[in-house]
Amino acid sequence: MAKHLDALLNRPSEWLRGSGPLSEIVISSRIRLARNLQKLPFSSRATEQTMQDVLREATEGLRQTAMLKDGLVVDLGELDEVDRQFLVERHLVSREHIVQPKQKAVVISPDEVFSVMINEEDHLRLQVMQSGFSLQQAWTLMDALDDELSAHVSYAYSSDWGYLTCCPTNTGTGLRASVMVHLPSLVITKQINKVLHAITKLGLTARGLFGEGTEASGNFFQISNQVSLGRVEEELTENLARILKQVLEHEQNARESLLKNNRTELEDRIWRAFGILRHAKTMSSGETLDLLSAVRLGVDLKLMNGLDRTTVNELFLFSQPAHLQKLEGKRLSAQERDTKRAQLIRTRLGSSS
Amino acid sequence: MLCELCKEAQATVHLTEIVNEQMAELHLCEACANQKGTQMESHFGLSELLGGLAEGGKAPEPEEGVQEACATCGMTYEEFRKVGRLGCSECYTTFKRSVGTLLKRIHGSTHHVGKSPTRLAKPAKVKTELMELRRKLERAIEVEEFEEAARLRDVIRQIEQPEPPPSKPRKPS
Repeated sequence: MAKHLDALLNRPSEWLRGSGPLSEIVISSRIRLARNLQKLPFSSRATEQTMQDVLREATEGLRQTAMLKDGLVVDLGELDEVDRQFLVERHLVSREHIVQPKQKAVVISPDEVFSVMINEEDHLRLQVMQSGFSLQQAWTLMDALDDELSAHVSYAYSSDWGYLTCCPTNTGTGLRASVMVHLPSLVITKQINKVLHAITKLGLTARGLFGEGTEASGNFFQISNQVSLGRVEEELTENLARILKQVLEHEQNARESLLKNNRTELEDRIWRAFGILRHAKTMSSGETLDLLSAVRLGVDLKLMNGLDRTTVNELFLFSQPAHLQKLEGKRLSAQERDTKRAQLIRTRLGSSS
Repeated sequence: MLCELCKEAQATVHLTEIVNEQMAELHLCEACANQKGTQMESHFGLSELLGGLAEGGKAPEPEEGVQEACATCGMTYEEFRKVGRLGCSECYTTFKRSVGTLLKRIHGSTHHVGKSPTRLAKPAKVKTELMELRRKLERAIEVEEFEEAARLRDVIRQIEQPEPPPSKPRKPS
């Protein structure tokens, strides 16, 4: 396992800071831009030589921006499997990015707000992460990075179709804005399918915690825009924000209704989850997510004194397989992980057993 | 209703997607739907599916007057239809018509109105002006005032035009 990633390990990721607007429901806001370098074939048809050229040109360009001049450049080909998974768990790279890691890289700003994947599906995938419901702020930061970078590299761009991307679903602005939300009350009250259905009818998509193709676990959903062409960037983000506000309202109403009409059952559910987390001797990652989701709801509804959101948020991340192994400093079997995970949770939640 | 893919069997699977208040519908028979099933599962939305259907019909013919392969990266028309991915920026020109149809289906639009590469940062005032013009352009396209849209586009292009040359010559790739 690589030592230079340990600096990341010991501080909370931007998206888990647990602060920012509406952070009791919204975990994080993210903007991603897909960009390609002019005159070089896209990643789908790139030779190793092309990928090397992209890597060099992109890294040189990024080094000249204010946001990433002190960035950590991580060559994925040099990392072992645990370290690569570690980056996925921190949402710094996509799952797709760590498949065939040769000639792929990610550049990460010291505060983990900016990260740029190089040689993903597109040459460059610029990402900005903000804690809480801060899409507009995220876009402002992203716009600035994109402007600065475009002064140092030449993007593939056409005035008719905008930024040219490998997949036509990203053509135009190349923008994907997404918000990660925790919607336990909509799940408990069985309204979630109706809400997600409505969302897809409005040109948005909903996915699980770790992006494309993953199940929604721990009641976390990632909601993003689908259209990237024919609208200006600000409108795409505003549209997502507008629809999101309505979803948040539904979740808030469901929370209030649960507190008013089913308080005993709700408290029972939350304290049972807390009890298991505090005393269990082995714990799978799936069960951990579900139980932590219940405890987090308890914290957000101020039903649990003496437990803060940051502790719960950190557990979401540190209980993930690669994080556990990084904390232990060695590779662990699935069984060992379940034991270590339970131990970590017991310690962090202040249990003496 | 007959299946839109094989045009032989009855369509029993109906897919609907709404993007930008524009509805895209797809009617397939069970066999074709199953065949397309794996693509459906790995990708949310119909975009992938529509990739294969940009031109409609069972046996795709290469675009008229267009090369079958991209001269720059070698991507063939057949391959593009199959994977729904472009090989390089030149593919956008090589397969212009198919790409246009595809973009229209996915995004409900074929015109970019967002930002453009700045090369050297433009003064804030010009940027605001450009943004306002792009919004107007977007609205003009929406209400199908294409003359006005063309005029606005020319204005935008003119503002964007006097771009300074790249800060350094590009290395041969």
